[in-house]
Amino acid sequence: MIVEIGHFALLLALAVAVVQMTVPFWGAQRGNVAWMQVAMPASIVQFAMATIAFAALTYAYVVSDFSVENVFQNSHSAKPLIYKISGVWGNHEGSMLLWLLMLSGFGAAVAVFGGALPLSLRANVLSVQAAIAVAFALFIVLTSNPFARLNPAPFDGQGLNPILQDPALAFHPPFLYAGYVGFSIAFSFAVAALIEGRTTAAWARWVRPWTLAAWMCLTIGIAMGSWWAYYELGWGGWWFWDPVENASFMPWLAGTALLHSAIVMEKREALKVWTILLAILTFSLSLLGTFLVRSGVLSSVHAFAVDPERGVFILMIMMIFVGGSLALFAFRMRSLRQGGLFAPISREGGLILNNVLLTTACATVLIGTLYPLFLEALNGMKISVGAPYFNATFVPLMIPLLMAMPFGPALAWKRGDLPAAMQRLLASLILALVAMVAVFAVAYRGPWLAPFAIGLGVWVMAAAVQDLLVRSRFGDLKFDVAFARLRGLPRGAFGTACAHFGVGLMVVGIASTSAYRQEQNLVMKPKQTVEFAGYQLTFEGVAPARGPNYVERQGVFTVSSGGSVVTKLYPAKRVYRASRQNTTEAGILASVAGDLYVVLGDTKDAGAHAIKIYFHPLVRFIWIGAVIMFIGGFLSLSDRKLRIGAPRRAKPQDTGNAQTA
Amino acid sequence: MTRKQRRATLIGGSVLVLSLAAILVLFAMRDSIVFFYTPSDLSEQKLAKDQRFRLGGLVAEKSIKRGSGTKVQFIVTDTIKTVAVVYDGILPDLFREGQGVVTEGRLDKAGVFQADSVLAKHDENYMPPEVAKSLKEKGVKLGEGATHKSSTK
Repeated sequence: MIVEIGHFALLLALAVAVVQMTVPFWGAQRGNVAWMQVAMPASIVQFAMATIAFAALTYAYVVSDFSVENVFQNSHSAKPLIYKISGVWGNHEGSMLLWLLMLSGFGAAVAVFGGALPLSLRANVLSVQAAIAVAFALFIVLTSNPFARLNPAPFDGQGLNPILQDPALAFHPPFLYAGYVGFSIAFSFAVAALIEGRTTAAWARWVRPWTLAAWMCLTIGIAMGSWWAYYELGWGGWWFWDPVENASFMPWLAGTALLHSAIVMEKREALKVWTILLAILTFSLSLLGTFLVRSGVLSSVHAFAVDPERGVFILMIMMIFVGGSLALFAFRMRSLRQGGLFAPISREGGLILNNVLLTTACATVLIGTLYPLFLEALNGMKISVGAPYFNATFVPLMIPLLMAMPFGPALAWKRGDLPAAMQRLLASLILALVAMVAVFAVAYRGPWLAPFAIGLGVWVMAAAVQDLLVRSRFGDLKFDVAFARLRGLPRGAFGTACAHFGVGLMVVGIASTSAYRQEQNLVMKPKQTVEFAGYQLTFEGVAPARGPNYVERQGVFTVSSGGSVVTKLYPAKRVYRASRQNTTEAGILASVAGDLYVVLGDTKDAGAHAIKIYFHPLVRFIWIGAVIMFIGGFLSLSDRKLRIGAPRRAKPQDTGNAQTA
Repeated sequence: MTRKQRRATLIGGSVLVLSLAAILVLFAMRDSIVFFYTPSDLSEQKLAKDQRFRLGGLVAEKSIKRGSGTKVQFIVTDTIKTVAVVYDGILPDLFREGQGVVTEGRLDKAGVFQADSVLAKHDENYMPPEVAKSLKEKGVKLGEGATHKSSTK
């Protein structure tokens, strides 16, 4: 019964979305206030319906109702509760329902918090948002109904793919989707602005927090996926330049660019056309990501079995929205007035450099990801574009970006002074050079790029801290005065510093773990000890163990350092009962200096086992960096200026102001 | 600077970055793309010496032999031709006889494929599209093991 209610709610959500798409739009065209006002309640009802549908499916999972085909295929009664819940979005149908839920949730949020927006803009935004919801609701109803029943109901389910039964991966899709879908708001605002044929700085002020929130979710979502791949897949890599990973990384790159260009638009009313285009492109890349992942057209290590028919449907959705919005953009571009003059050396100039480099990098990733598809369509040749391509194209574009990054906040708006900025950041530069030389002195035999990259990371981190100190005039003023000034800085300044610091930390982590990773294949007999990366690793043997829905063979390792035992590691080979699938669980000893990573391989004669051990120096910096970036985003989001919400301009004569609405 | 000059600087800078990127992309494409072949393709194909490529097909039944240490040998087949593969490392969890596999590496002089990576997959039902398509083109009917979850064990 509850499942049928869910199904019905899904259909109602579709119906409400159709109303929300059409009525407010016509209202805005004709200036009919009552019609425009339909958008707000409609989006809230749509969200409520999507919530009911999602809750019904979750309920079916929690109570293990195997008469629902989706539950039967992806769940099992013996699964821990958390994985029963995460199983809801651990499959195609459920994940699309989650997508719809988030889409309508973001729409409802605009309806609730957007009270200060001009009515027509709000109506248009919500109707565009509803158009996306209609497309995806139709997609779910027509091709991927999660509420389909099975008759007779099977006795037990087939179980969730075991490698998805993991805490990081349980929350990876929701964050990723919140990121993807969050960019739909920027898209809807952009299209609404194009429909109305005008934008104001208030527009950018509205778009930025939504973009920021989406960006934060995407950052943490990608980081979780990478962390999961690192410890769960058992080969210690954290990023493979795999098409599925690229699919989430491209919207992130474009979203990061959008975040920065929206600042220029908000503060200086420049880059309007570009920002709108970027908003469209960012969401288009989100749709492309969904298409690539859900259609399975590309071969990927992260791919799951898929149904090609669905791919065609998503491709159609993508073409309609991307093509439509770009056509509208081309048609209306000229009506957007450009404003705000600035010199190339200025904060605007810095932000443009950021945008040029980020979007170019995004384009190289896009080319590398799609090239195999084009080539195959063209002459049937099957190729793959792997890490070497991306390292050769993406990395060189990141180097100038990282070099220039600290200058952005240090330059003034409109007309900056590069030598002065340089002088301001001198201490950071010296620190970075010292770090570079020090790393080179220790590891001069390693790749030459690594010390340079670590130096760059230090440069970015140090400059982020120094920027705050210089702004509050430490060294110039007495300590307590300067400290008071530091506390008085806007949260946005801390947000920027924090996010940039996170990037720097991540760069240091990436460079050290890529260049200085150690690995060794061995066969170890019980009680044998090996010396590795400063640890003594003793193989104690293999013991059976069991979890709630699996049995495993656990390798027991004692790790000591300098004669004293540090810890025990238990890498394991797991067999999940429901699906009879195997997984490998790595044993990881994490420390600030790096991770000792042990994988248990096949059994050999006399209790000996194949063992693979790795040492990943500073690898944690990658994910800690991402978390710091997330915190930076959060600080910016909580800035008073954005929290108050109602856009207020310094110049009172501005009548395009939202407050008058 | 006049407005025109400013705009020229911006456009010039962007064009510079874009052309740099284009050069990088072209060079990287030339050097680092990897072709995908099935065992039958290999006999038709002239390979450059030491060319890296991906070899895909099914792991032949009863062909996995564990060597010393973490060395392992197996045979990749598209049911028409076969290629012997040597790999040193720990195989992914879903590596199994009778199932689709993609490996990357080089052919040695003896015609044995020296794989340096065996691509893992997350889902037993998943068949890399190249493998599925090539096998289909070769007229191979995919076995139950490759398409059905319950019958793999």
